[in-house]
Amino acid sequence: MEWLGTFWQSRDFEVGLGQPIYAALTGAGVPGWLVSILYPVVGAATILGIITVSVMMALWLERKGLARMQDRYGPNRVGPFGLGQSPADVVKLLSKEVITPRGVDRLLHYLGPILVLSPSLLMWAVVPWGPGLQVADLNVAVLYLVAFGSIPVLGITLAGWGSNNKYSLLGGMRAVVQYVSYEVPAALTLVIPVLLAGTLSLQGIVSAQSGPFWNWFIFKPIIVFPVLGIAAFVLYLIGGLAEANRTPFDHVEADSELVAGFQTEYAGMQWALFMLAEYGNSIAISLLGSTLFLGGYHTGLGDWFDDLIWPLLPGVLATKAAVIFAIFVWIRGSLPRFRYDQLMGFAWKRMLPAALFLISVTAVLAPWIRSVPVAR
Amino acid sequence: MTDLLARPASQSNPDADLGDSLTASPGMATASEERDTLITLNMGPQHPSTHGVFRLIMQLQGETVVASTPVMGYLHRSSEKLGEVRTYVQGTVLTDRMDYLSPITTNWAYAMAIERLAGLEVPERAEFLRVLTGELSRISSHLVAIGTFGQDVGMYGTPLLWALREREMILDMLALVAGVRMNPSYVRYGGVARDAPPEFFRKLQEFLDIFSSKIDEYESVLTTNEIFRNRTVGIGLLPPEIAKAYSVTGPILRASGVPYDVRLAEPYSIYNRFDWEVPVRYNGDCFDRYLVRIAEMRQSARILQQALDGIPEGDIRAKLPKVLKPPKGEAYARIEGPKGEIGFYLVSDGTVNPYRYNVRPPSFVNLTCLGQVAIGHKLADAVVILGSFDIVMGEVDR
Repeated sequence: MEWLGTFWQSRDFEVGLGQPIYAALTGAGVPGWLVSILYPVVGAATILGIITVSVMMALWLERKGLARMQDRYGPNRVGPFGLGQSPADVVKLLSKEVITPRGVDRLLHYLGPILVLSPSLLMWAVVPWGPGLQVADLNVAVLYLVAFGSIPVLGITLAGWGSNNKYSLLGGMRAVVQYVSYEVPAALTLVIPVLLAGTLSLQGIVSAQSGPFWNWFIFKPIIVFPVLGIAAFVLYLIGGLAEANRTPFDHVEADSELVAGFQTEYAGMQWALFMLAEYGNSIAISLLGSTLFLGGYHTGLGDWFDDLIWPLLPGVLATKAAVIFAIFVWIRGSLPRFRYDQLMGFAWKRMLPAALFLISVTAVLAPWIRSVPVAR
Repeated sequence: MTDLLARPASQSNPDADLGDSLTASPGMATASEERDTLITLNMGPQHPSTHGVFRLIMQLQGETVVASTPVMGYLHRSSEKLGEVRTYVQGTVLTDRMDYLSPITTNWAYAMAIERLAGLEVPERAEFLRVLTGELSRISSHLVAIGTFGQDVGMYGTPLLWALREREMILDMLALVAGVRMNPSYVRYGGVARDAPPEFFRKLQEFLDIFSSKIDEYESVLTTNEIFRNRTVGIGLLPPEIAKAYSVTGPILRASGVPYDVRLAEPYSIYNRFDWEVPVRYNGDCFDRYLVRIAEMRQSARILQQALDGIPEGDIRAKLPKVLKPPKGEAYARIEGPKGEIGFYLVSDGTVNPYRYNVRPPSFVNLTCLGQVAIGHKLADAVVILGSFDIVMGEVDR
């Protein structure tokens, strides 16, 4: 089992918290290979807990935010500020019967939620919460994100097809078109921070943005090409909205047209898995947006300040993600849904050329931008 | 699309268990290989955006509507028959439950028919109260129409809840004047049920003071929204000839460029005393229907302000017998309701009950052309078109 120990040691434990924890545990007599297995397992379990809690918080934020936009109170009965509403809903959903309607394709019907949820959970594995505080610091993290970001469409299509319902079928059909259209510009915008940082590793991208806030990739290209960073960030947000099936791109559900789209025939916890996936995905997109463009866990006040408050760095990332998620809520409260052919036109005729243009500009200017000396 | 429609209807039914009469409408694509690519989508009667228990059977080619058949009758409550076995005053409560979003106007049409039947004169103050409550009802109906239209286009409730906020004020005013919020039965033959308290006029003035800025608020979130325009401009075109052929009335007709409003075409009550305009738009699409409703709310507010300033003192009810027995005969009265022309046809045989109690419900008549308007659009547009028609099933099915 020695190879396992060295394999896990190779990357994850080099920086940050991993090394001291490893040293402390092996010093206390725990075998190195056991620590190497337990460390990612504990990490994954922690991430799962964080996902559940943050999805509940996101639901609360969304319901409160929308309610305030619409002149109502929102949840305010369960717990302080209605914070207990989401846990109560989860308990309710857990206790509900999972209904499998007659006539569904059972295998596909069961497979649907799993295929949708797992990739959105896996996306969280590469989110860097702090120096070394990450389940897996892959050196191809951005590629990994694009790969796993495109799997949920399979689950949605299977769920829509296997439900034996025409609304579900139409929802599943729309899902394919929407994902295929938006994968392309969304993946292309991810190239821009990669070019600016010169690495595919998310830790590398974040450390390239350390120091004062004008090092963040949304601001950094300002000296050379003013709108580059902001335009890339906006494109990323639009692509993210489409990836997460949120308004104005919620065609897959489209409550006013398709009842509930691909999830019409799902009930109880199976439905809750879809919701968990959707919100898990939205939050992951917010987290990655802050990682790629907004400096990740860096406060933007200089490295000396980050070093001073290092235990709070995950909170910095969470705050930035909450701001992006709040923008998503804001958009949901104020925009209607595109029609689904308009959505495709928007993706192929507007977003794709814009993304390609930005990439070419970045590719030409990146060496220059990277060479600009900045304060740390 | 057109060559699909041009094919003759075949013998076999694409979806036999839906029943021949419902699916086999002329123009449905029918050659067997083309039938295989069509989906029969049964939208409703239980669907979030059919505005009640309305059913639309659509043949879809992909997401494009090839043929559609509206099916009504799920909320049929025999109101017209019930009206014949009740006395004239009892018939009023049936009218409340037809267009429950704007009950005053339906009350009013019924009361006008009885007044013509029995030759009753309505006091001036009662006419003013009718105009006040009737225009408030029109505004509240248009508010719901615009709010739910936003919902149909895919907004997550924001315009709907903003509209309902102002509708609350109107319902509170109706509660002050009629005693209840939803089914007021306020306009009765010979006048109105009771006089309005001073607080009503104060609240009405407060409402009129803020209402214009509230309409601007709805416009800021809908009219100027690029996605909203993309979804509504050019969708559901209804040319004026077809609108006239289907007897379409109300905002839908006026959005198609026909300046027909019963308040102007055949002035009733005291509408000729006020200074107001009939909003007309000429494109006949969903966006224009929405704009006409917005403009009508502004005009209604204008009428309300003049009526509020000019309301005289006096009686609110004509001298009436204890039991009304109109002389033998028939009468038809029509008024401009928020959804179109509401007509009441009453036949009296000299007893306490009408012999015939017949309604011309505007949303029912408007709905008949939906099947034709929706053809060739996407499924998502069919929902928007239905929303722009502003139906209320209580009135469609009666």
